[in-house]
Amino acid sequence: MELYELGLYELRDKLNREEASVHEIIESVLRRIHQVDGRVKAFVTLDEENALQKADQLKREELRRGRIAGLPFALKDLICTRSLRTTCCSRMLEQFVPPYDATVAARLNAEQGILVGKLNMDEFAMGSSTEFSAFFPTHNPWDLERVPGGSSGGSAAAVAADEVPFALGTDTGGSIRQPAAFCGVVGLKPTYGRVSRWGVVAFASSLDQVGIFSKDVADCALVMNIICGYDPLDSTSINMKVPDYTSFLSTDIKGMKIAYPREYFQQGVDKKNRELVMAALKKYEELGAIVEEVSLPHSEYALPAYYIIAPAEASANLARFDGVRYGLRDFEADNVTDMFSRSRAAGFGAEVKRRIMLGTYALSSGYYDAYYLKALKVRRLISNDFEQIFKDFDIIISPTTPTTAFKLGEQSNEPLTLYMNDILTVPINLAGLPGISVPCGFSDGLPAGMQIVAKPFDEGSLIRAAYAFEQNTAYHTVKPSLGGE
Amino acid sequence: MALTTNEVEHVALLARLALNDEEKKELAEQLSLILDYADRLNEINTDEIEPLAHILPVYNVFREDMVGASSPREDILANGPLLEDGQYKVPKIV
Repeated sequence: MELYELGLYELRDKLNREEASVHEIIESVLRRIHQVDGRVKAFVTLDEENALQKADQLKREELRRGRIAGLPFALKDLICTRSLRTTCCSRMLEQFVPPYDATVAARLNAEQGILVGKLNMDEFAMGSSTEFSAFFPTHNPWDLERVPGGSSGGSAAAVAADEVPFALGTDTGGSIRQPAAFCGVVGLKPTYGRVSRWGVVAFASSLDQVGIFSKDVADCALVMNIICGYDPLDSTSINMKVPDYTSFLSTDIKGMKIAYPREYFQQGVDKKNRELVMAALKKYEELGAIVEEVSLPHSEYALPAYYIIAPAEASANLARFDGVRYGLRDFEADNVTDMFSRSRAAGFGAEVKRRIMLGTYALSSGYYDAYYLKALKVRRLISNDFEQIFKDFDIIISPTTPTTAFKLGEQSNEPLTLYMNDILTVPINLAGLPGISVPCGFSDGLPAGMQIVAKPFDEGSLIRAAYAFEQNTAYHTVKPSLGGE
Repeated sequence: MALTTNEVEHVALLARLALNDEEKKELAEQLSLILDYADRLNEINTDEIEPLAHILPVYNVFREDMVGASSPREDILANGPLLEDGQYKVPKIV
């Protein structure tokens, strides 16, 4: 077994038993990246020199104190990294070099993790396929003609292709869970407010959350322990005690109450995806959980509400890209309004423009009440639906996505078709809940994901339920065949 | 509801986006489709419902007004597309 195939716990054991050096681990993942990334195209920036230099600094065991000391990771390219280009995969920020680290990057650095590079994404995190990256699309390691999902497609593909043992992404409407499902890896979106977003380029501020892609649930819990927690630099980060998530790595789920909403097994969800999750629910029953069907009556309104709220917030957040302080500037314009308009026209891609326009319209005079305010009211109803269910249940389970990974180019020209991919994930963002996607089987050789959702700040239950399932199934051990050396 | 090219131009001005004719035409069609889809929200009566802006029980976050370290000016300016005398330079405003 090659080092690059291992998870964080296994790598840590190798280091502790002196069966591998930090240098060997970093060289192994870099070799893997060179071997497969020409085909997968998960990375937009590699930082080999720094990674190897850091490995050298951690040569001696007594210098390694952090919980992920000497272990490699990569970040979605909207998480600011000091002195390392952070582009949001947009022409707008192609040359942007952040003067500081995002809090999540700083926390991983403080634990002596080693950043190897930055990962591809849909431009400004707007998309469900990573085809809206201004640079190039990423390919699904399970079938290179298919998309890895999005917007954190690079993060999911890099972990699935064994290019890094874990990566961070962000999730505004499913951008962690959907690509995790498409690529057959674990993807966790924590509760809104659980993880600092300081230094993470904003898309929709009432929805965005940073989360984790990993090879298994135990690794996910380990990284959760590092990235969660209060940050005075983010006024939406909650000052609340963070439990030790590894203490939830238990297979005992006897008596756990699981709800499955009937609406999530209808409306255009592929039969095979439904069957795999129903089989998983059977497994939970065998393990002693109590499983019941429930209704979330406002589910069908989540997607239209989301596609008003998220673009509205995006239109405000992206107003900062004006060509003045950073980013692309048009030098031809002779007045300042033209300079703004032309810089933005040149810097943003079609999908970003579409969402800015939609959001600006929904917030504009005369339409604010009809669209934006209406969507916020519906959001309350969606949130109430969940609250009602969580009075009687510990977790909610559904498929993560209506289908498995689709082909590149298949949906990129029809915005509404593409948006339908998010139908099972956006309600969770609207309600601010934590959600995880774990592999639950295969449909025609492509991985499918099961979504588990819990009460606010109850990521522990997610991890417990996901771990119990994983330990009683073997789906997470099946790897895509990208070819060896 | 169908958006006209004139409406698209108005929104583009508000959004500070210079669009070409083809983009305007395409956006008029696409935005109309998405807004039609959003009109489904009107199927629900929300008269008595309070809007939900975000889920946190947090409204205003204050901190002590203390002097702390700030980033070096040259680090912050380093990403500026056009500078003069340690300041950002833009076309004439008034």
